[in-house]
Amino acid sequence: MPAFPEAARAAIGDPTLRANLRHATHTIRDKRARAVAELDDWAELRQAGKEIKDRTLRHLDTYLLQLEEAVTAAGGTVHWATDAAEANRIVTELVRATGETEVVKVKSMATQEIGLNEHLEAEGIAAYETDLAELIVQLGEDRPSHILVPAIHRNRAEIRDIFREKMGSWGRPAPEGLSDTPAELAEAARLHLREKFLRAKVGISGANFMVAETGTLVVVESEGNGRMCLTLPETLISVVGVEKVVPGWRDLEVFLQTLPRSSTAERMNPYTSMWTGTRDDDGPSAFHLVLLDNGRTGALADEVGRQALRCIRCSACLNVCPVYERAGGHAYGSVYPGPIGAILTPQLRGTASEVDASLPYASSLCGACYEVCPVAIDIPEVLVHLRERVASEGGKGHRLERAAVKAASWVLDRPAALAAGQHLASATRALHPKRLPGPGARQWSEHRNLPELPAEPFRDWWKKNRT
Amino acid sequence: MTSDSRARVLARIRAAVADAPEAPDVTRAYLPRHTADNPGGLLDLLHENLADYRAHVHRTPPDGVADLVARLLDERGARSVVVPPGLPEEWLAAAGAERRGDEPRLTPHELDGIDAVVTGCALAIAETGTIVLDGGLGQGRRALTLVPDLHVCVVRAPEQVVASVPEALPRLDPTRPLTWISGPSATSDIELDRVEGVHGPRTLEVILVTGP
Repeated sequence: MPAFPEAARAAIGDPTLRANLRHATHTIRDKRARAVAELDDWAELRQAGKEIKDRTLRHLDTYLLQLEEAVTAAGGTVHWATDAAEANRIVTELVRATGETEVVKVKSMATQEIGLNEHLEAEGIAAYETDLAELIVQLGEDRPSHILVPAIHRNRAEIRDIFREKMGSWGRPAPEGLSDTPAELAEAARLHLREKFLRAKVGISGANFMVAETGTLVVVESEGNGRMCLTLPETLISVVGVEKVVPGWRDLEVFLQTLPRSSTAERMNPYTSMWTGTRDDDGPSAFHLVLLDNGRTGALADEVGRQALRCIRCSACLNVCPVYERAGGHAYGSVYPGPIGAILTPQLRGTASEVDASLPYASSLCGACYEVCPVAIDIPEVLVHLRERVASEGGKGHRLERAAVKAASWVLDRPAALAAGQHLASATRALHPKRLPGPGARQWSEHRNLPELPAEPFRDWWKKNRT
Repeated sequence: MTSDSRARVLARIRAAVADAPEAPDVTRAYLPRHTADNPGGLLDLLHENLADYRAHVHRTPPDGVADLVARLLDERGARSVVVPPGLPEEWLAAAGAERRGDEPRLTPHELDGIDAVVTGCALAIAETGTIVLDGGLGQGRRALTLVPDLHVCVVRAPEQVVASVPEALPRLDPTRPLTWISGPSATSDIELDRVEGVHGPRTLEVILVTGP
């Protein structure tokens, strides 16, 4: 996986991708602003959301134990997984125990994070994504690039081509003469997936919230594919990060107001499913909850970084981020792109790899992400904190940066030296290279355009024209 | 071993927050509702918000429900309809469509062959344009309102209408399977163009029953 700057450069050079991204992020961000403005108490809801999550995280052990007890009492089974490998093993064994070799899946960041589909495939179990965007990504042998709309980087013509070429090898082929109108494409997905829903014996999901007090799990969605996977199969397996728990039933009143408006800019998403264990007369007869750590407790131990665990995955921060808008989701090298990904991924995976060490720098620190966050995660604060961590771990680039700043301070403290330097720079303008030479400096200017120097220094221009 | 993992995760959590300051109690300074306490205004708001998310909304006094249900099924070409246990018989009294009960339980394939479902609801939320089903009498299990392509839902006003999400939750029982529905199934995954009807019912008809 290349570091962020290399990955971003490819994206920035792709005009189709940039146009798709720009259209999408601007549309959602404008709609979101209107949806949020409808509620006069947004600031208070945001504050309450932050406080509920902080309280949960402070007593996470208590709430998880309470949740486990409630889920078990309601007929479910709770499993604990320290990491991705363990979670994948647990899910595989649970699917094997049913005797089935295929499962239908609700879009879930947690299962993407642990690479569940790939693991199941290697174990001979076919996992079908059923969210339309996830289907587009899966059929296109692609990777998701956005938390909420994973195929945001694809336009309708690309999607039609993927459906025409690939649907047939996964099941029901695309209808003859499929056009690229969204309605026809959605209908093709409906037909393709319905045969899978109707025969599915095992469903796999994540969850948006888990209520400790009652053992209730909550999934919010739009298409109904979630409802299909949660209610038609005989066995339901939910893989959920430990931070998704909230203490009480009442706490949902906050998040069910802030999540839809922040993510899809709707007053409420079309479908929300809530279930508590199993019932004889409705839905799956077996329910398994896999509680996933996979680096979360490491993030919890970081007093600045732990606020990232408040995240409810609304993706509002992606849609306002100038860096995400240009670089696209793939450049972040993780299932969590954008500003939240830039702070979550290095905490979950550590900063040993080049891509993870580069992520805290994938930001202009403009602060727009903090403004829109419905649980008030101070993303810029965590970015700076993680930069300190990366810098303290060494690397020659950072030493050179410090040296350059020291040299600049010396010049700026000496007006005569500065003036002389400026005259020299203006006079030799035509000779300036587009890239800086030398180790470190060359790397720096590989990813940044050097500013063009003016024909004369500003001070000279001012003297001539204004005095 | 998962029991070892349980102990390990819990130990990691305890170590992680051992030195963390106590988190304050949650201040709930937000509003319990955003609209005035006025049943007529609430019904209008529910109507408007449901329609805004492409549900078709109708109003009728109680004695008009049967004719309206029959007309809606007819207009949508529904020749068969699932009848959840406990649905008031008079609601389907005028309907010509073939009625299918859910006892014994219909298989997903059988459900897929049925055109429509008629249900009541647990409550409706005006500010968000949401109908909540809890599997109670006249609603059936969750699959019934999911697989058929047309859902006709009857809401009794004003007693089943609440203003807001904070007013809805205390009236719901979390141990029941709950489905919150705000408009028909929809997707915006293709260039953010909203398309109704992906996997759930493509058409949602809501009947607001007013009067005695």
